[in-house]
Amino acid sequence: MNGLMAGVLYALVALGFVLIFKASGIFNFSQGVMALFAALTLVGIMEGRVPFSHLINAVFGTSVHHFGWNVPAFAAILLTMVVMVGLAWLVNRYIFRHLVGQEPIILFMATIGLAYFLEGFGDIMWGSDIKKLDVGLPQGINSTIDEITYNLLGYGFFIDNLDLWATFVAILLVIALVLFAQYSKHGRAMRAVADDHQAALSVGINLNFIWVMVWSLAGFVALVAGIMWGTKSGVQFSLSLIALKALPVLMLGGFTSIPGAIVGGLIIGVGEKLFEFIVGPMVGGATENWFAYVLALIFLVFRPQGLFGEKIIERV
Amino acid sequence: MSVMDQETHVTPDGRTIGGVLMEMRNISLRFGGVKAITDISFDIREGEIRAIIGPNGAGKSSMLNVVSGFYIPQEGEVWYKGSVRPQMRPFEVARQGIARTFQNIALFEGMSVLDNVMTGRLNHMTTGLLSQAIWKGKAEQEEIENREVAEKIIDFLEIQHIRKTPVSRLPYGLKKRVELARALVAQPSLLLLDEPMAGMNVEEKEDMSRFILDVNDEFGTTIALIEHDMGVVMDLSDRVVVMDYGKKIGDGTPDEVRNNQAVIDAYLGVAHD
Repeated sequence: MNGLMAGVLYALVALGFVLIFKASGIFNFSQGVMALFAALTLVGIMEGRVPFSHLINAVFGTSVHHFGWNVPAFAAILLTMVVMVGLAWLVNRYIFRHLVGQEPIILFMATIGLAYFLEGFGDIMWGSDIKKLDVGLPQGINSTIDEITYNLLGYGFFIDNLDLWATFVAILLVIALVLFAQYSKHGRAMRAVADDHQAALSVGINLNFIWVMVWSLAGFVALVAGIMWGTKSGVQFSLSLIALKALPVLMLGGFTSIPGAIVGGLIIGVGEKLFEFIVGPMVGGATENWFAYVLALIFLVFRPQGLFGEKIIERV
Repeated sequence: MSVMDQETHVTPDGRTIGGVLMEMRNISLRFGGVKAITDISFDIREGEIRAIIGPNGAGKSSMLNVVSGFYIPQEGEVWYKGSVRPQMRPFEVARQGIARTFQNIALFEGMSVLDNVMTGRLNHMTTGLLSQAIWKGKAEQEEIENREVAEKIIDFLEIQHIRKTPVSRLPYGLKKRVELARALVAQPSLLLLDEPMAGMNVEEKEDMSRFILDVNDEFGTTIALIEHDMGVVMDLSDRVVVMDYGKKIGDGTPDEVRNNQAVIDAYLGVAHD
């Protein structure tokens, strides 16, 4: 996997983090698992798998695995989105509504719990085998870019079509989200809720609606990330680990900046590959595992608000 | 209440006071064993400036929170526009046309003054998410209309010069004014002000008083306000409710209240039995 693609994927997960963090002040540790869950559900629906089939078979001694139909990709994506909205509603109704006004660390702990729950739940629901995901996105080397760069530079760039698509989708998503937050009625309400609950209530904003909307948006972003990552390397449980790589991305980009999440993701994705390529051989390789975190550490020391984050100034 | 009181009348300074807009009937509110409000009834009439006064801890803010739906009383009925209001959450009360400000200022600190004021128009935006994306023209039209209302109020409250300034940078007095602006752009039927003059210097108090009177005069907005500065209240309001220890001890015009023995005792301090 090359750096650009990895970067875009980190960015997509980070985007989900930023969304929830901006709108509710919750640092959502479960964003990566949400991407995994979305991808699992998508594959499950597309292939007509029976949810909880292992559980059902174990309890009733039956042997059901498939409904015997296949759902077209587009319909399956819509259905998965419905599931993610349902999940958003449940998460708000049964977890975060009861934790309103709690310390951020408590909310954070709740999302860790949510992450582990979702991971286990996804396992029970759809099984833990590695699944192939193909929603019809083009894959393979982009021959046009290969040819053009070959003619220009004398050697060709190998860029996967899927990477181009992922980048394109990520950019589109960011533009849409920024427009939504800045100019739409619900986007304005979302920013208001993030800023002050009481004031938001007093101008007639339904807090619960906004929270469910924000979690649904995060679910949508998770779905997009899940599709890209799942198409690239199969839907597997290591997907949830990209959530951890999203943390340094956020340090770099700033916790409150949507464009920051994208730029941070790309810097880390490309940076870690380049670092591995250039410095890796000198230190015995495997720099990819720690490069992102060290970079984040350096940023924390010299520019704690990240590249694009709001500077926090406290008046005394 | 007599039939005479129900009638519309015109005040000496030419404002029209209409029928009853909101009526609180036998409201009691407790927090565990603490009685915040005990059996209080009063009404607010269309177009008037109604004040609730009382010493600290008298239950004034609790009363306002009952009106705006932030607290739900254990007993009593809230009548609004001629019918009993069912139990409602604060955002639903706001959508019914009751806007409010807060004692400790609840503004969206990260947004500009204009953005803050525009949030007050949220309930006047009818176009949903999808139609906003599809019928760009209609959404734009609506945005323009809302902007016009917002700009008018901003002009009215003389905060044009800080329109684009983030609220967090403003001094206290201006923040109070921005909060008033946000409540006003909703074009509320009833405007609730929780200690609009608290923590202000004399000059700021005079400004705020003038704005409250102007708002009432210009837009005919019904205003209910809480204040513990007696002097300010007496000059501003048409009628005054006086509370002490969660009970109503006086209700009437400023002059009536001023000469009420129970009120004088409450303010000057008399041992409670």
